[in-house]
Amino acid sequence: MTAIPALDVVELSKTYASGVQALKGISLRVEAGDFFALLGPNGAGKSTLIGILSSLVNPTAGDARIFGVSIRTQRSAAMALIGLVPQEINLNQFEKPIEICVNQAGFYGIARPIALERAERYLRELQLWDKAQQQVRTLSGGMKRRLMIARAMMSEPRLLILDEPTAGVDIEIRRSMWKFISAINAAGTTVILTTHYLEEAEQLCRNIAIIDHGRIIEHTSMRKLLATLDTETFVLDLGAAPAQLPFVAGVRLHALDAQTIEAEVARSSDLNSLFATLSAAGITVRSMRNKTNRLEELFVRLVENGKQVA
Amino acid sequence: MNAQALSIAFNTIARREVSRILRIWTQTLLPSAITMTLYFVIFGTLVGSRIGEMAPGIGYIDYIVPGLIMMAVITNSYGNISSSFFSAKFQHYVEEMLASPTPPWVILSGYVVGALLRGLIVALIVLAISLLFTHIQLHHPWVTLTTILLTSIVFSLAGFINAVFAKKFDDIALVPTFVLTPLTYLGGVFYSVNALGAPWRQISYANPILYMVNAFRYGLLGISDLPLWQAYAVMLGFAVVLSALALFLIARGVGLRS
Repeated sequence: MTAIPALDVVELSKTYASGVQALKGISLRVEAGDFFALLGPNGAGKSTLIGILSSLVNPTAGDARIFGVSIRTQRSAAMALIGLVPQEINLNQFEKPIEICVNQAGFYGIARPIALERAERYLRELQLWDKAQQQVRTLSGGMKRRLMIARAMMSEPRLLILDEPTAGVDIEIRRSMWKFISAINAAGTTVILTTHYLEEAEQLCRNIAIIDHGRIIEHTSMRKLLATLDTETFVLDLGAAPAQLPFVAGVRLHALDAQTIEAEVARSSDLNSLFATLSAAGITVRSMRNKTNRLEELFVRLVENGKQVA
Repeated sequence: MNAQALSIAFNTIARREVSRILRIWTQTLLPSAITMTLYFVIFGTLVGSRIGEMAPGIGYIDYIVPGLIMMAVITNSYGNISSSFFSAKFQHYVEEMLASPTPPWVILSGYVVGALLRGLIVALIVLAISLLFTHIQLHHPWVTLTTILLTSIVFSLAGFINAVFAKKFDDIALVPTFVLTPLTYLGGVFYSVNALGAPWRQISYANPILYMVNAFRYGLLGISDLPLWQAYAVMLGFAVVLSALALFLIARGVGLRS
């Protein structure tokens, strides 16, 4: 018997009053406990899908079930299972973080003493406890984003949906958010993440769907998707300008400038032979980095292919 | 959600509304106190002393007290819910409730109770101010209480519907300026509808505020231009129709969901 998925989207469509068809009958399944990336270019339909799942957008056709509970026929029960961190900051600017968290719990029918206890726990974990009594309008953008995560956690949802939670947040705070969300996922909460930081998705997520023009164009595991990448490009900083670049089987080398070269390495090849050849040619490599994130390369290719097909 | 969870959700919304009213009391409570004091001084004391008695033993200042209280209740109930709910829409934090398991009727009830409480607090403030100018003897406590509650509910619901349809702050100022204020002034606050000739008297009967003011005046002073049952029929009728409309709008997500 198959376990009940955290999310089961069936033939979901949305056409706005303006005539824009944001979702074209998509189907999607996210297993319980997964850390799932939902990626796509701007305007692909990600936020519409998330809006429908959180009952902020009315679907035109189809259904979605959260742990088997339909958002169309059992809205209230389905919403009790979801926590949402929206893309846009939607906090009451004149309330305090503690009030926002406790009120949020109230909307889920959670008693005030429990709500106060949870609010303290999540605000502390997200390094906001010292701001608990300040009006939201005095908080920085990063703090507001963390507060929206704390707010979403107040109902301790089984499915947490994060719509670009780290947009515009500095790397230090972003990393602390990753750590928090990973811990939430490890504790059993299913997480769906949309982000434009693809290294974030690659690092955190186990499965992935790419949506474009209202359709799912890829739905697989992160490992399988990355395995389809037939080449990987590295940038090598050299100790000195080489007289000539050597030939390496399975690797295409070309100079970016006098002391920097780019190496496009086929999946069938390996880095040991590249370094051995460079070393034999008297070329010293001081440092090496990926030219782009691997997922980024695949993402761009898939979306470009989608455009050509369209 | 079970009954306990529903009551927690309801209390959360009502508590948030009351907290907002008290936090910005200079915008929610103080203006009515100042405006009504001016009405009592100008119309009650200065002008009223020249008008004389409106009914045996009832001076002009006594006559306008119920109308002024109702005026304050109407504008504050309407204004509270329209500005609060529209702010929630404008800043998008209405999504906290819309994406939660809280059903539409609980959201509506919480907001209406918040507006009702502001209406009642303002009514008590205006009543207290009136006692500085005159002496009021309560004639029918239950009529007074039920009239003020029903009136506040009716205008809270109307304010809520206004906020649902509003797209900018101007939209929630239009109805109070161009509809509520004229209807209130023409609703028998300062005069008896019996003093009007045809066709103004007949036209006045189409104004629901006339019935509310007269029912409240009956409760406080024991006099009314209209039968009490008509006033209750109008208030209950509006309460039922507007409740149904407001619930329909939230459930369908009109102005709230894409």
